[in-house]
Amino acid sequence: MNPISLSTTEIRDLLSQIPDPEIPVISITDLGILREITIQDNICVISITPTYSGCPAMKMIEDEIVKKLRENGIENVKINMIYHPAWTTDWINDEAKEKLRAYGIAPPEKSTVNKSTLMGETKEIACPQCRSKNTEMISQFGSTACKALYRCKDCKEAFDYFKCI
Amino acid sequence: MTTQEALFNYCLRLADNHLILGHRLSELSSKGPLLEEDIACTNISLDLIGQANALLQYASSVENKGRNEDDLAFLRHERHFYNSLLSEQPNHDFAFTMVKQFLIDAFNFYLFDELKKSKDLTISALATKGHKEITYHLRHSSTWIDRLGLGTDESNKRTQNAINELWRFTDDMFVMDEADKILISEAIAIDLNTIKPKWHNTVNAAFEKANLKIPEKVWMQYGSKQGKHTEHLGFLLAEMQHLHRAYPGVKW
Repeated sequence: MNPISLSTTEIRDLLSQIPDPEIPVISITDLGILREITIQDNICVISITPTYSGCPAMKMIEDEIVKKLRENGIENVKINMIYHPAWTTDWINDEAKEKLRAYGIAPPEKSTVNKSTLMGETKEIACPQCRSKNTEMISQFGSTACKALYRCKDCKEAFDYFKCI
Repeated sequence: MTTQEALFNYCLRLADNHLILGHRLSELSSKGPLLEEDIACTNISLDLIGQANALLQYASSVENKGRNEDDLAFLRHERHFYNSLLSEQPNHDFAFTMVKQFLIDAFNFYLFDELKKSKDLTISALATKGHKEITYHLRHSSTWIDRLGLGTDESNKRTQNAINELWRFTDDMFVMDEADKILISEAIAIDLNTIKPKWHNTVNAAFEKANLKIPEKVWMQYGSKQGKHTEHLGFLLAEMQHLHRAYPGVKW
């Protein structure tokens, strides 16, 4: 077994090339799924956290991480699934939010889950296509658990909104 | 009963509630009343099964007998499942499905909110994560209670029928036994009596707003914490466990 020659920063750069399987315009580092990289006794330990508990993309992300590291000569990899702190949309940076918008997904509004979530009040969500705020929610659950389905009443396009959590 | 045994049992209860309810909801996949609802129910199901998976992984490490989360989900018999009687009830019509969902979502909402403070760090972490998702589940089902109750005479009648049918299983969710006692004394579990009034108020307010009533004088059914279930669980498990039992160790 060759010793790991890359630093954790170099490994992070490598892994930030891995796109999210469901939203390929942003990476697993943009989303905040990649939490920590450590090297112990020549084993590369990658800690990741799921966005949603049942996110079906997690297994694929694990496989992609292992594949990417293998390609770069790191054979000994351990994936560590962590649940604390719980993932939040607040970890998605502004640059990534802009990428989401350009891709056609309305990015999460600033604040995380609040009381209004429970009361059923909906926030004003801008259409990613025409930026109009004249939109309405069609369903709280869109193409994946992390998104809600909206419709723009001006340009008539349906679009996904990345829910705050 | 040792603390470890109590904790194992407690994790199974939390996991089984989610697993069985999640499986029931997954039955709507491709059969939802409308496309958006089909997708919503399947996504909620995925959340619940995902949370159950993490809880069963923890149960497996607490038990430490070499049974993994799949063994616990697919190889236990009916009498070793501890999900609430309410969670295993069949879906029937959509009003029935949503009333069941709402009663359990409201219970989970308050339970997981309290479990965030658990001294057990894994339970606290999973509750914190789970609670965020459950908040959306509750919002979804309470919207439907409103819509069905205030919809047509037919939708109100069906929703009221569902409440009348399901109410007898609600007390069962709040039963506590020795495992709870041990874990409450260690600040790991919570006293379910503290969340019952909050649950009741939320349910009552939602029903009143939607022209629905909690039935009076209902004979309550119990037994889930001793593994005594209604006849529906066996059929559900037969379907859920079939593949794993017929092809042991099979992988996608």
